[in-house]
Amino acid sequence: MTGLILPRRELIVRAGGMAAALPLLAACDRVNEAPAVRKILSMGEEMNRASQRALTDRDALAPEYGRADLSPVFRANGTRLPEGADYPAHAANGFADWRVRVSGLVARPLSLSLADLRAMPQRRQITRHDCVEGWSAIAEWMGPQLRQVLAAAGVRDAARYIVFHCADRIGGAAYYESCDMVDALHPQTILAWALNGSVLPIANGAPLRLRIERQLGYKHAKYLTGIEAVASLEKVGAGKGGFWEDRIDYEWYAGI
Amino acid sequence: MEEDQSPVAPAAAPPPRVYRHRLPTRLWHWINAATLLVMLMSGLMIFNAHPRLYWGQYGANYDQPWLSIGSKANRGYLRIAAVEIDTTGVLGRWTDANGATKTWAFPGWATIPTSYSLADGRRWHLFFAWVLAISLTLYMLWTAIGGHLRKDLHVRRPEWSPGHIWQDIKDHARLRFPTGEAAARYNILQKLSYIGVIFVLLPLMIATGLTMSPGMNAAAPWLLDLFGGRQSARSIHFILAWALVAFFLVHIAMVLLAGPVNELRSMLTGWFRLPADKPRVGENA
Repeated sequence: MTGLILPRRELIVRAGGMAAALPLLAACDRVNEAPAVRKILSMGEEMNRASQRALTDRDALAPEYGRADLSPVFRANGTRLPEGADYPAHAANGFADWRVRVSGLVARPLSLSLADLRAMPQRRQITRHDCVEGWSAIAEWMGPQLRQVLAAAGVRDAARYIVFHCADRIGGAAYYESCDMVDALHPQTILAWALNGSVLPIANGAPLRLRIERQLGYKHAKYLTGIEAVASLEKVGAGKGGFWEDRIDYEWYAGI
Repeated sequence: MEEDQSPVAPAAAPPPRVYRHRLPTRLWHWINAATLLVMLMSGLMIFNAHPRLYWGQYGANYDQPWLSIGSKANRGYLRIAAVEIDTTGVLGRWTDANGATKTWAFPGWATIPTSYSLADGRRWHLFFAWVLAISLTLYMLWTAIGGHLRKDLHVRRPEWSPGHIWQDIKDHARLRFPTGEAAARYNILQKLSYIGVIFVLLPLMIATGLTMSPGMNAAAPWLLDLFGGRQSARSIHFILAWALVAFFLVHIAMVLLAGPVNELRSMLTGWFRLPADKPRVGENA
């Protein structure tokens, strides 16, 4: 059994040992860290995903708001300026050389510039951004629908997920996210290059970020560099489908 | 039920027992008690991720909260509208089991898990949300079909009279609890609070919880209209959680005052020992 214990759990057990005055709290944390308990609790996520997919309209649109509903300030979260020398160089020349690669299970791999993306039909939407932490902010976004980009690349039938690769690194590891084909092909899923009528600010993911309106904020990958169609998420990152999913067990399905 | 009906010498007779709580009631009661405890403690962890509440569709750090918990100048505070209360040691700024100062809103002893983890708090909350919703639905159905609603919770016409309700309030305030046959039935305040929890508070908790889901907002946008926006739903969810805590405190106080052993036994085995009848002046038999 000790072989199954995660290093994180050891830390918590040791911390619990020091808190001898509060053995109940330590016991609670041991329950929380037990692999079997975590496995059972994670069934909640699967039930949320399965029930929302089964019981609700897969194409239902997230609520869209009017200009009067815009948040006075749209809060930036997560990375506000990607590390390294490359990104500032791109920013300095207005992202003219920025490319988004469309790869994986596609008939025609693409390398798209911002001009290519802006030449496609655009969708403009005023939607609410919901952070997993609990706050919400409303803003107007504009960009081409992801489904048009995927159609241009000719996604193969074997593709079950779309992975989003990003230029920002947190603690040395690249941010990434993923979604299933239902959300990838959803009409409101766009590659946004504009926020509230202006070019997307750096803190909000310039020059391009994902809007995936029926899921929580951490799914909305910023600083997009790649879109990859895959059959399985197992070989991407640590296999859980996203940066925070791999590290601190955020749910992959963030529709709730 | 029948065995206790036989007449025995009054002096030696133990108070008659009645079968007060059927199995579904006992089962649901304890499942629900455990579930609500987990929901509250994991909910406080989720609140700690953004300890501010707003009204309306949106609300984030640059917007004005109506309630916030935080820490400034080495003091913890709870602010509601313009009123600020120093809560150092309990809310906003407290010391954990290892003596370290923490500035999360709710202290580790009140949250699941005890150290900050939004992901784990959400896992517990969203798993037990299913337990709550499924057990409540089954219990509501059984209550309606099995006769519990009609026989035990249904408020009869005379009970609605203001005089009757006022009398019951006075009896509760004086801690004068019913005895004999009357103790086997719920009084009006009990009926109203149980109906309120089962058919109003808990369904509202579930509905406001669902209103915070972006997936549900797309599928059922009327939820947003009903509660006035996602941030309003979050505020109502928080307020109702404390209404449930208030119910719990009154509930426990009443159990302790009415005879904890007898009450606890009846919720475990179903059998309730009727308190002996003490005739009171001016009261009908």
